[in-house]
Amino acid sequence: MQQVSEIIDYCQTLYEDLSFAAAREWKAAEQGRKVVGYMPVYVPRELIHAGGMLPLGILGGGEDLEVIHGDAYYQSYICRIPRSTVELAVSKRLDFVDGMLFPSICDVIRNLSGMWKLMYPELYVRYFDVPQNYKDEIGGNYYVHELQELRQGLEGICGRTISDDDIRRSIAVYNENRRLVNAVYDFRAREPWKAPSWHVYLLMRAGMILPVEAHSQLLQDYLAAAAADDQPMRDNCRVILQGMFCEQPPLNLIKSIEFAGCYIVDDDCMLVGRWLLRAVPAAGDPIANLARAFLKYSTETAAKYEPDGSRKGRYLIEAVRQRGAEGVIFAAPSFCDPALLDRPMLANALTRENIPHISFKYAENSGQMQPIREQAGTFADSIKLWSEA
Amino acid sequence: MSAAKSPAEVVKEPSMLKQKAMIADNYDKLTRAKELGLKVSSTYVPGNLNELLMCFGILNNLPEINAIQNGMRKLSGKLIADAEKMGLSEDVCTYVKADLGHMAKGAIAPNGKPMPVPDLLLLSYTGCFTFMKWFELLRDQYGCRTVMLHVPYEGDGKATKNMRDYVVKQLKDEVIPALEEISGVKFDIDRLRENLRRSAAAEENFVWVLESAKNRPSPIDAYFGGVFYIGPIFTAFRGTDEAVEYYRLLRQEIEQRIAAGKGPVTPDGEMAAEKYRFVVEGPPNWTSFRDFWRMFYEEGAVVVASTYTKVGGVYDYDGFRHDPERPLESLADYCLGCYTNRNLPMRVDMIQHYMEAYQADGFLVNSIKSCNSFSAGQLMMMREIEKRTGKPAAFIETDLVDPRYFSPANVKNRLESYFQMIDQKRRGGAHRAA
Ligand code: SF4
Ligand code: SF4
Repeated sequence: MQQVSEIIDYCQTLYEDLSFAAAREWKAAEQGRKVVGYMPVYVPRELIHAGGMLPLGILGGGEDLEVIHGDAYYQSYICRIPRSTVELAVSKRLDFVDGMLFPSICDVIRNLSGMWKLMYPELYVRYFDVPQNYKDEIGGNYYVHELQELRQGLEGICGRTISDDDIRRSIAVYNENRRLVNAVYDFRAREPWKAPSWHVYLLMRAGMILPVEAHSQLLQDYLAAAAADDQPMRDNCRVILQGMFCEQPPLNLIKSIEFAGCYIVDDDCMLVGRWLLRAVPAAGDPIANLARAFLKYSTETAAKYEPDGSRKGRYLIEAVRQRGAEGVIFAAPSFCDPALLDRPMLANALTRENIPHISFKYAENSGQMQPIREQAGTFADSIKLWSEA
Repeated sequence: MSAAKSPAEVVKEPSMLKQKAMIADNYDKLTRAKELGLKVSSTYVPGNLNELLMCFGILNNLPEINAIQNGMRKLSGKLIADAEKMGLSEDVCTYVKADLGHMAKGAIAPNGKPMPVPDLLLLSYTGCFTFMKWFELLRDQYGCRTVMLHVPYEGDGKATKNMRDYVVKQLKDEVIPALEEISGVKFDIDRLRENLRRSAAAEENFVWVLESAKNRPSPIDAYFGGVFYIGPIFTAFRGTDEAVEYYRLLRQEIEQRIAAGKGPVTPDGEMAAEKYRFVVEGPPNWTSFRDFWRMFYEEGAVVVASTYTKVGGVYDYDGFRHDPERPLESLADYCLGCYTNRNLPMRVDMIQHYMEAYQADGFLVNSIKSCNSFSAGQLMMMREIEKRTGKPAAFIETDLVDPRYFSPANVKNRLESYFQMIDQKRRGGAHRAA
């Protein structure tokens, strides 16, 4: 059996490699293989996979990328992920990518789709819109058509028909991956001392670059190794991290929160892997099934409209209860409209339920962790004090 | 020194007086809605469905306009500070904060009376992500009923049938039933057709007004003056007889200006000789609106086309008109085609067209800190326009209604260097030609 450290070292290598060597190797291994990049927050990766292509999650340049050109594309008051993503592109780190999907998450990513079209007129570039109306006959119909259009666009890249059977098979493969992703999250919530959050983070990041089958295997290996790993349980408080669904926090930020005495028992990083909350039926009309899954059981996040005002923030309260969390840390990228505009409503909902919360901002390249460590430490101490009082 | 007339000499034209009266009357109705037994809906300028609201006798309140009013009256700074104390981040759109701060302070209208809490938030989700959160925030505070109209983004540079069908379906199944319920009035499509007919009539003259800037000298300023010209058609008057009359009057006045070879009217009177013609991208700053404008007209700079005057609907570029023969479909097309709902390549094409058709000397971006919808990508748009037209582009940074982000000295310096650059370019051109 593999050791936890071996698995995490491997994930860390993937994470640090800004040339995406693993994806390049996958592509080079067989003639005609194609890679389709996507940004946060959600795309139906099943369709890319069904065309025999590799979905590649692009989450910015992280803490180590030196942004030389990207700043010339963006004003100072725009978050960092688009500029580091542009940097990845103009420095040719993405020159092996055959198509790019920009999900409907905010106006920055939306406009980035247009920039990509201007920069790479020959490339397949799609702004991937999803419905904000969740009724089958309204948003559902619209979304089915959008999925069909996406399917046709992807067929143009892979050069073959993507059949219903292909999609059904991919749905099954991704169901298995979602099951394992959720199993890792559940395991961490149960025994967080055995599954440090930066491990879990790196494992999930690996899912952005590896073929899904390889990622599922990795998750399985990790679960076995981590369960067998004897680690001391600490007197940490249990928190949920919220607001990290797009621009990613530096790994040190996650470590700092844990070092400050918090077990992270849930987070919203890389939602794409957990977006659909149940297994998608692998039988029947696969496009209709994906559409229905999106409408009826997909995760709540700032990029989605909540039609029922009384339910705003409910999902976070439910997560707090289910995960046995004692507080919520709102950590949002600077200048992130979705996270920052949603935060007051979520914070109000938590306050009404007497759930403690704090908030701060970060950038993917934030270097100074001391203030965050202190804030998280004080938060952990105050939670412990209250619970003992 | 300003070559314009002193403010005392400035004569208000009939169209200005007309618009002033229309706005005052609308605020009067809004603030007396309860007493008059009228219902109030809030909605946004892009994707504003005024003709539809009129079918139900519902008053249309536009929170962006309230924020602008508060910005121009120098009240927004305090309102924004209040909203930040309520938990809104310093990083987010200041319209939202000015509005939430305003609501928290009792939403006093320009007539000094409180505005009612809206009966409906008609969340026309067109061209801006923040819209969705803005009304969720209002709903969270005031418990208002909210109906979402999701307008897909023209990500591939066109409105598809699927997008249009989706919007129409939402109008039929979500929006109209909510309006019926709130107003107690049954939807009458013929009434909508009538309203749309009036919209189209007003739009015809509105486009004529915008295109009058092709003249030399331009009789209008299509940005600073343009924000007044868009007033009726972008807000609570599209589809009314008053709007038709307003644009008829405005057209007449401009026809006279063209005949007399006159330039635009400014707050200080007639503008002196036209020296520079610009296309401007991005909304203006409202807290120092007049100072900002003065930096242009004192130098003889006129804006001949602007993208901001397309934010509540694009009527000139591809000839869209509200169409009584396709009532719901044309409302859908209107929403889909608003400027910020068009992808960046479309925006660049449009600007290039304006640069050429209006014989502009340069392209200027007023980059707004608040607004990712406009601002993200503008630096690239600038480079693209420079490349395509060979005309110099420049960039200034301000904000909508947050006075902290308008630095007069910086903006003036930037503009002065830009004007000089254009002079140099012209001299260079003249030398080469000689
Ligand atoms: S970090 Fe926030 S604002 Fe920036 S691109 Fe992502 S979702 Fe948009
Ligand atoms: S972000 Fe821009 S478009 Fe959206 S509400 Fe603010 S100013 Fe208007």
